[in-house]
Amino acid sequence: MFVAAVAGILVSMALIMIRACLGPTVYDRVLAVNTFGTKTVLLIAALGFMAGRPDFLDLSLVYALINFIGTIAVLKFFEYGDLGAQRQDLSTGGRD
Amino acid sequence: MELLVDAASWVFILTGLFFMLTGSIGVLRMPDVFCRMHAAGMTDTMGAGFVLLGLSLHAGLSLVLARLVLIYAFLLVTSPISSHALARAALAGGVEPYRGEDTPDANGSYRAEGGA
Repeated sequence: MFVAAVAGILVSMALIMIRACLGPTVYDRVLAVNTFGTKTVLLIAALGFMAGRPDFLDLSLVYALINFIGTIAVLKFFEYGDLGAQRQDLSTGGRD
Repeated sequence: MELLVDAASWVFILTGLFFMLTGSIGVLRMPDVFCRMHAAGMTDTMGAGFVLLGLSLHAGLSLVLARLVLIYAFLLVTSPISSHALARAALAGGVEPYRGEDTPDANGSYRAEGGA
């Protein structure tokens, strides 16, 4: 029955992947990749239970960490064009 | 008793899958980034929450349960943070929020299509 859970998660990952390929702006793609990562965390957890090895949960915990850090890093890069940029004035929002 | 816990866990997992599929369809069909973030956020809280709850019923009281709780706690903290960062970056990057067809924008002008 865990097969059903894994299959459902895979279907929703496929739908998210369509948005990541279509997404008109780069932010759509970042959003899709972030959601894809969350689903991967769940997929690894469900796969671990399916294989009878719940130790896989360690992997999914690490994947959750990497996913978060990666999303923030990519967003910072697209917002400031530099990973080590100083914080800009909030009132202009980088639009000037 | 065993059967009851099993049935409850499957109900939770299927509910979580329902929310995940709904969120994915929402991300696919909503008009712009800000609307899509709403659907994606539902995947993170409701979908992941129910799936992990169902898995934790299978795990029982063990170290596995502690890991599942840790994963969910981490998702609960990071999902709003990355959504906020994404909304802020999209707004700073000049993405116009979708306003619908008959709602005027800040300048009072109407627009057939915004955002995407």
